[in-house]
Amino acid sequence: MPRPAQILLLAVLLALAAFPLVGEKFYIQFVTKVMIMALFAMSLDLLVGYAGLVSLGHALPFGLAAYALMLMTPEYQAPGFWLSIAASMSVAAIASLVVGLLVLRTSGIYFIMVTLAFGQMAYYYVHDSKHLGGSDGKYIYVRPALEMFGWKPFDLENPAHFYYVVLALMVFVYTTIRILLASPFGRVVVAIRENEHRLRMLGYATFRYKLVCFILAGMLAGLAGWLAAAHDGLVNPEMLSWHQSGQLLMMVILGGMGTPAGPILGAAALKALELVFQGWTKHWQLLLGLFIVASVLFMPRGLAQVLEWKRRSAPTR
Amino acid sequence: MDPAIFLIQVLNGVQYGLLLFLVASGLTLIFGIMGIINLAHGSFYMLGAYLAFSLTRFIPNFWLSIVVGIALAFAVGIILEWLVMRLLYHRDHLYQVLLTYGLILIFEELRSLVWGDDVHGVPVPAALAFSIPLTDTLSYQVYRLAMSAICLAIAFGMYWLIQRTRLGMMIRAGSVNRDMVQSLGINIGLVYRLVFALGLALAALAGMLAAPVSSVYPGMGNQVLIISFVVVVIGGIGSVKGALVAALAIGLADTFGKVLAPQIAGMVVYLLMAAVLLWRPQGIFGRA
Repeated sequence: MPRPAQILLLAVLLALAAFPLVGEKFYIQFVTKVMIMALFAMSLDLLVGYAGLVSLGHALPFGLAAYALMLMTPEYQAPGFWLSIAASMSVAAIASLVVGLLVLRTSGIYFIMVTLAFGQMAYYYVHDSKHLGGSDGKYIYVRPALEMFGWKPFDLENPAHFYYVVLALMVFVYTTIRILLASPFGRVVVAIRENEHRLRMLGYATFRYKLVCFILAGMLAGLAGWLAAAHDGLVNPEMLSWHQSGQLLMMVILGGMGTPAGPILGAAALKALELVFQGWTKHWQLLLGLFIVASVLFMPRGLAQVLEWKRRSAPTR
Repeated sequence: MDPAIFLIQVLNGVQYGLLLFLVASGLTLIFGIMGIINLAHGSFYMLGAYLAFSLTRFIPNFWLSIVVGIALAFAVGIILEWLVMRLLYHRDHLYQVLLTYGLILIFEELRSLVWGDDVHGVPVPAALAFSIPLTDTLSYQVYRLAMSAICLAIAFGMYWLIQRTRLGMMIRAGSVNRDMVQSLGINIGLVYRLVFALGLALAALAGMLAAPVSSVYPGMGNQVLIISFVVVVIGGIGSVKGALVAALAIGLADTFGKVLAPQIAGMVVYLLMAAVLLWRPQGIFGRA
């Protein structure tokens, strides 16, 4: 990463850390949501930007993990923090394993369509299940709580505390993905995107690499789903809908796929645009749609490109 | 199962399947020939249904309004291809997905601006507004039979167009090698434009035909789009024959799923897709 970018990243981090001290409650919660989406977008970028797998069903692990938290929360009792995170991420991992085994048999256009179809399958399952709340979804009355030997480091019912938990997790996931991509595993995944045939000839079991990458991305999406459910205090089928997946893909592309900070930038930009458009008109999605079309036609490499971020391992297409 | 009920379910399944075929065949043609993944295809189905709602109020004859609707949809297709689609041919599928996703949002809001967010109904044409009695209590709507007949006629028409005409030859050649066709002096851009408009008109026609039996409502294109994707995946991308077979299979599976196993009816279609993927990842009639 070039030095100006490093400085910018540090400045953004400091600004984010200081924000709850000055921001109003509405904006603290808004930025929390943006960071959750950023985390979610980072997990998709792992697939789209690095592994070259364009998934249009990434809402599936996200939504199922959210529903797992709902099922783990009894009416008036807080579920354990680590336990529920582990459960949600496991559900996301198992779902990604099953779906991955099927969808990774395909590639290209097929992959896009099949991931979309499986995402919709999960959507309709949840939508039609009465015990999961059907089309209305269900409330989560108490947020998960962490207690270690009688000591409570934070209280998720407090928006500022929640904010810092999300910020810490986002930094953690960002770092993890950096380390992962620099590792031999990450190198192989990027190489598969560039030329899968060659990698197979070199003796790599490419299917397994792709599957592990698919599961990892699913688990991180699960973490984002857990956070979203805990933050909003409710789950509904819309979390699994393909609009969720489509919007997420837009964030990744808008920020600049395969760039370190692209997904964060994209999530922030798209959410901010939404907020502005919603203030203008009831038909804000029209403006959003026009914006998406225009950005695909005129800004194909995203905001990161506009900021002249050096693209190290992103595809040149 | 009672034979009369069984017959009704088969007819319903075939009718639903044939309707899906109209949408999916356009989708598969646009994929197979132009290499474009078009998420906005479901919006054209919706557009068709709303056109039927408006046109039948101004034009007394249902069939005449359908013809006008097709012409309008074809014109929209020509304009849309010229305006945005032709910029996507050399772009990655990723960008096609995003751009057509943006189009969905635009069409959905335009629909909201023009027609509002209410649910509407379209009357069944008077000449066909009766039913054939099957037993003392059961009967079958003639309009549904007419729908199936029209869809079948179009399936044959498409076969003839693609396999037996000069334009069809250009379309088939264009799907194999765009540059070669171009250098043989054929205006491939024009062929693409016609194919896109044809696909759009087919989806709109499906929406118009469906309008009298289903209602006309916001977001109606989404479900049809996803099921059409499943049809295309099962049949094999670019294969119109595959789309027909897969659409009929899905129509019957979905109809009988709702009768025999209502708890998992929503999943049957996707389970069928998973099974086909395990067996032939490239689809039944797809080229490997």
